[in-house]
Amino acid sequence: MRDLDAGTTPGHEADTELDENGPPYQLRLYVAGQSPKSLRAVENLRLVCEEHLAGRYSVELVDLLENPQLARGDEIIAVPTLVRKLPHPIRRIIGDLSDTEKVLVGLQLRGEDRPGP
Amino acid sequence: MTASAIGRQAAPASSIGLAKTPTGIAGFDELTGGGLPLGRAALVSGGPGAGKTLFGLEFLVRGAQDFDEPGVLLAFEESADDLVDNAASLGFDLPALEASGRLVVDAVRIDPAEFITTGDFDLEGVFIRLAAAIQQVGAKRVVLDTVEVLFAALDDEAVVRAEFSRLLRWLKDQQLTTVITGERGRDGQLTRFGIEEYVSDCVIVLDHRVRDELATRRLRIVKYRGSSHGTNEYPFLIRDRGLSVWPLTAVALTYGASEERVSLGGVGLDEMVGGGVFRGSTVLISGTAGTGKTTLAAQAADAACARGEKVLFVSFEESPAQIIRNMRSVGIDLGRWVDAGLLRLWGERATAFGLEAHLDGIEQLLDETGPSVAVLDAIGSLSHVGAGAQVSSMLARELDMLKSRGITAVITSLTHEGPGEPRDAGISSLVDTWLLLRNTESDGERNRLLFVLKSRGTAHSNQVREFLLSDDGVRLLDVVVGPSGILTGSGRARQLAESDAAAAGRGAELQRAERVYRRQAAEVEAEIVLLRERLASQREQVEGLAVEATRDGTARAAVQTSVARLREPARDRDRDDADGRDD
Repeated sequence: MRDLDAGTTPGHEADTELDENGPPYQLRLYVAGQSPKSLRAVENLRLVCEEHLAGRYSVELVDLLENPQLARGDEIIAVPTLVRKLPHPIRRIIGDLSDTEKVLVGLQLRGEDRPGP
Repeated sequence: MTASAIGRQAAPASSIGLAKTPTGIAGFDELTGGGLPLGRAALVSGGPGAGKTLFGLEFLVRGAQDFDEPGVLLAFEESADDLVDNAASLGFDLPALEASGRLVVDAVRIDPAEFITTGDFDLEGVFIRLAAAIQQVGAKRVVLDTVEVLFAALDDEAVVRAEFSRLLRWLKDQQLTTVITGERGRDGQLTRFGIEEYVSDCVIVLDHRVRDELATRRLRIVKYRGSSHGTNEYPFLIRDRGLSVWPLTAVALTYGASEERVSLGGVGLDEMVGGGVFRGSTVLISGTAGTGKTTLAAQAADAACARGEKVLFVSFEESPAQIIRNMRSVGIDLGRWVDAGLLRLWGERATAFGLEAHLDGIEQLLDETGPSVAVLDAIGSLSHVGAGAQVSSMLARELDMLKSRGITAVITSLTHEGPGEPRDAGISSLVDTWLLLRNTESDGERNRLLFVLKSRGTAHSNQVREFLLSDDGVRLLDVVVGPSGILTGSGRARQLAESDAAAAGRGAELQRAERVYRRQAAEVEAEIVLLRERLASQREQVEGLAVEATRDGTARAAVQTSVARLREPARDRDRDDADGRDD
């Protein structure tokens, strides 16, 4: 758990400074214990955030094994699930986030970074 | 288990096969011999609006309320508010059950537009939510309402399948009795994503079909591993008191048979059926239009009320006020029984609802009224509501319902004029006593005839009777047979007058003969007197002669004595003289 927290620490630090490239991103990653999928998801998220959201994101990590009641609040059915709380609307990305392209689409970062075809 | 033991399937099935847990759904537990397989999963599949969710809801609510089995509903399709409303339509109060810690409703909102999938995942989220809810109330029952939404929403079907299979295993390990609902797929598939292959113990299909513009609901048990079960399609209803399945063919004929006879009222009718019909039996009164079916039925109701019994009178043709007015015209005052709270009159157009709703309405009325006699006036009206076979099976269920409650049923049915014995919606085999009314037309008038077509367990009359609707009720008249058959109406009156006249003629002859006799007798008596007198005078003559004869005898004796004295010797004569002188 501590490892995971450490992974998200840079995000937390960057939270307060807003980047002029876009709105701040508030993310929440739901996992269930330290399964390989969970670990992969955390790592993949960190990579995406650092590359595309540097300085304007925060990530909250929720382990449902420890806080099962939280699953209801964000309508979690699968893990890992990444929830984009901000900017609105809420978006959910299910899976270990291994497909970066899809993650960017899911976070609606791709359209902002590069104009669509 | 022999094939003949249809009615007793329940007992052996539950002891040899799976343990079962009652659903509490009316009729379903009878149908399956105990309910759903305990600790296992059952699939309830059906099209949109077939009642899958309500089935699941009732299973949970009944469990929580009646069987001390708390439950969890994981709903993937409807919001919690919608579920509360739906449950309220069945009379279930979900918030109260949740508040008392016997139920958890977790509505999982899945909006495919809101998420995408990338990479590897599992459905641990569902597991965790479910496990938390189960733990919260100590659930024994789980309903997963349209779990297939997951398949549609998540790209990776292989993962969902694997996870679904894992979920079922997990539920089974937890000994949870589970109902999984599934949307009916195309091409006759039970479910869109073929999840029936994971649910191997029990599969139930609900169907909501429209035939001849009439909607009916059907339930069928496709599979029930380790248990015998009815294989037919059974009508079921969604009522304001929950679902209700009508498992007619699975129900044994177990009702009791009363020896008590109850009167049908009127004059002369009871005598035709051995002093009344058996309590709890079914009486069918059938006849063509205007033969007096309703009146006979009202008469029976009146008689029952007069005995202080409760009566339910359901009319599909007339309003209560109409019935009271019309029956008053033949001297049957139903209004007083309504006022006394003994009679419940209920008018309802049969076409207003489907057959099942009708059946349910009747059941509700029976529950509310608790009658010992029930009248259903003109069941023929029901044939407007459904196709022939459906009406028959519905009627069979209805009569079955009445019989199983020990209610004496009087039903009327309209038949149409035509040759041969009447057919009555195929229910004659369910009827114990069948009274047939018929109009005969002759001499420019129509008259009513009644006869007993059958009466089980009764030496019933073989006579056709004429019956009159008089100012004081129904009166049966003895049959009058004339030279050309049975006579009714004015023909009857004429025949009676003729036989009266003949009788009068015979009376006059008798009087004449009597007069002759009396005269002759008087003459004879007079002659006897005369002869007696003659006899008496002859006797007097004889006696007179006899007296004379005696006198002559004495005189002769005196003569002889004197003669003899003259002939005596002299010596004697002196002494005799001396003696004579001495004297």
